[in-house]
Formats: sequence, structure tokens, C-alpha cells
Amino acid sequence: MRVPPLLTLVLVAIWLLLNNTIAPRDILLGLLIAVLLMLAAAQMRPVQPRLRQLWVAIPFTFVVLWDILKSNWNVARIVLGIVKDRRVVSGFIDIPLDLRDPHGLAILAAIITSTPGTAWAGLSEDGSVLKLHVLDLRDEEEWIRMIKQRYEQPLMRIFG
Amino acid sequence: MIDTDLSAWVVIPVSLLLVLGGLVTLIGSLGLLRLPDFFARVHGPSMGNTVGTGSVLIASMLTSSALAGRPVVHELLITLFIVMSSPVTSMMLMRAALYRNKVREEKQQAARAANAG
Repeated sequence: MRVPPLLTLVLVAIWLLLNNTIAPRDILLGLLIAVLLMLAAAQMRPVQPRLRQLWVAIPFTFVVLWDILKSNWNVARIVLGIVKDRRVVSGFIDIPLDLRDPHGLAILAAIITSTPGTAWAGLSEDGSVLKLHVLDLRDEEEWIRMIKQRYEQPLMRIFG
Repeated sequence: MIDTDLSAWVVIPVSLLLVLGGLVTLIGSLGLLRLPDFFARVHGPSMGNTVGTGSVLIASMLTSSALAGRPVVHELLITLFIVMSSPVTSMMLMRAALYRNKVREEKQQAARAANAG
């Protein structure tokens, strides 16, 4: 049985963070627990992610953090009603997706839903169309381009 | 007053972060009250989940690191768990609301058809 190395390292990191230590003894114990857990979980998770260009994740994290900050600001202005005399129209948009990897989709869902102003409302049966709810739906094309370029492209580079 | 020996270099950013986190969470909750319909209201609480908790956690990391005299970062785990769990909740609420609307529409259509016929 194969133990995925990256996930094992993540589990060790979680163990060390939980114990708030980097003592060699705890690293060893963490490794042992992580490997045992991975062996136990291997039977339940048949789909292994194929990671291609993992380094893309580093700039991508900052892009997402920046977008979350920006959209917090935008939603705050809408809630407080300081949007310069225009009506804020919210609604659903359909975005054609090329991303198929379930792990990539899960991350896309988490990003879109954690970002205030956009919320995941479902994927079509065949997984080709993503339905989103957008709070400030001014330019539909702009939103589609944004999601595809800023989020979908990097995710497709990370998960092949 | 709790007697601590934290320097102003820690106290000032920590206080600012706590005030920011509180304000952002308050505005998010206000959104829950003020926004017009269910789908719009979904967006309010995610402010508290992101910048709200984020600033409180950074403030906590700064304080504990300064008090312990070494980096204390296990607050990062809270971020990880929130990132994994909170979107699931709001997605399920979203799906449930969509389903409810669909059922309601179908009922109305059935009623209209019955009236017409």
C-alpha cells in the first residue's frame, strides 16, 4: 500500500501544531501516527490527487487572500449602504468549467464560498457548469472571466 | 487590569486587529439583518469567517508569541479547520434553499394548472 508523502507531512505538521512543539520526539511520534492514519485511510480514499505544478499554490494563496480582503471591503460597503446611489442587484450566474479534478473543485468551492460576495450554488450533473450566487452582479462576463482566470487556471495547473 | 509586560509594539497592532476583527464581524452580522433575501444574506457571515476570525487569530498569535518569547502559531490550525468546515455549511444551506424554492415553484405551478383546468 502506498502512503502519499505530502498528506503525511501535512498530518505531521498538524500534529506538531496541535502540540505546539518541534522536539524530535514529537516529530517521530507524529510521523508514526500519520503513517498509521494514512494506511488506515488508504482503503477509504480511492481517488489520489495528481499534483503537477505544486509551486503554483504559493502565489495562488496570496491572490486568494488578497481577493478575500478586497471582497470583504466591497461587501461591507454594500451592507452599510455606501455604494453611491446605485441599486445592488444580486443573482445567479452560470460559469462553464474546464476543471474536472475533484480535489481542485473542492478547493474552488471552498475559495468561492469563503469569499464574501460569491457563494457556490451547485455544479451541473455532468460537472461542466458551475452555478454561483453573486451579491453584486454588475458585469456577468467580468465575473466569469475573473473566476476562470484567477482561480480555475491555477487550480488546473496544480491538479493535472 | 491584567498585569502584563507586553511592549507597545505588540499591544498596538493587537488592539487594532481585535477592533478590526470585531468591526468586520459586526458588519457581516448586520448584513445578515439588512440584506434583502436568503441568497444575499449568505454573504454576510462569510465576512466574520474570513477577516473577522483571521484578525483575531493573528492578534492571538502575536500576543502568545510575545508572552512566551518564542513563535506560537498553533492558531493556524483554527484557520485550517474553519476553511475546511464553514464553506460546507453555507453550501448546504444554499442547496437547501434552492431545493425549497424549486419545490415551492412546482407546487404553485400545480395549483395554477388545477385552477385553470
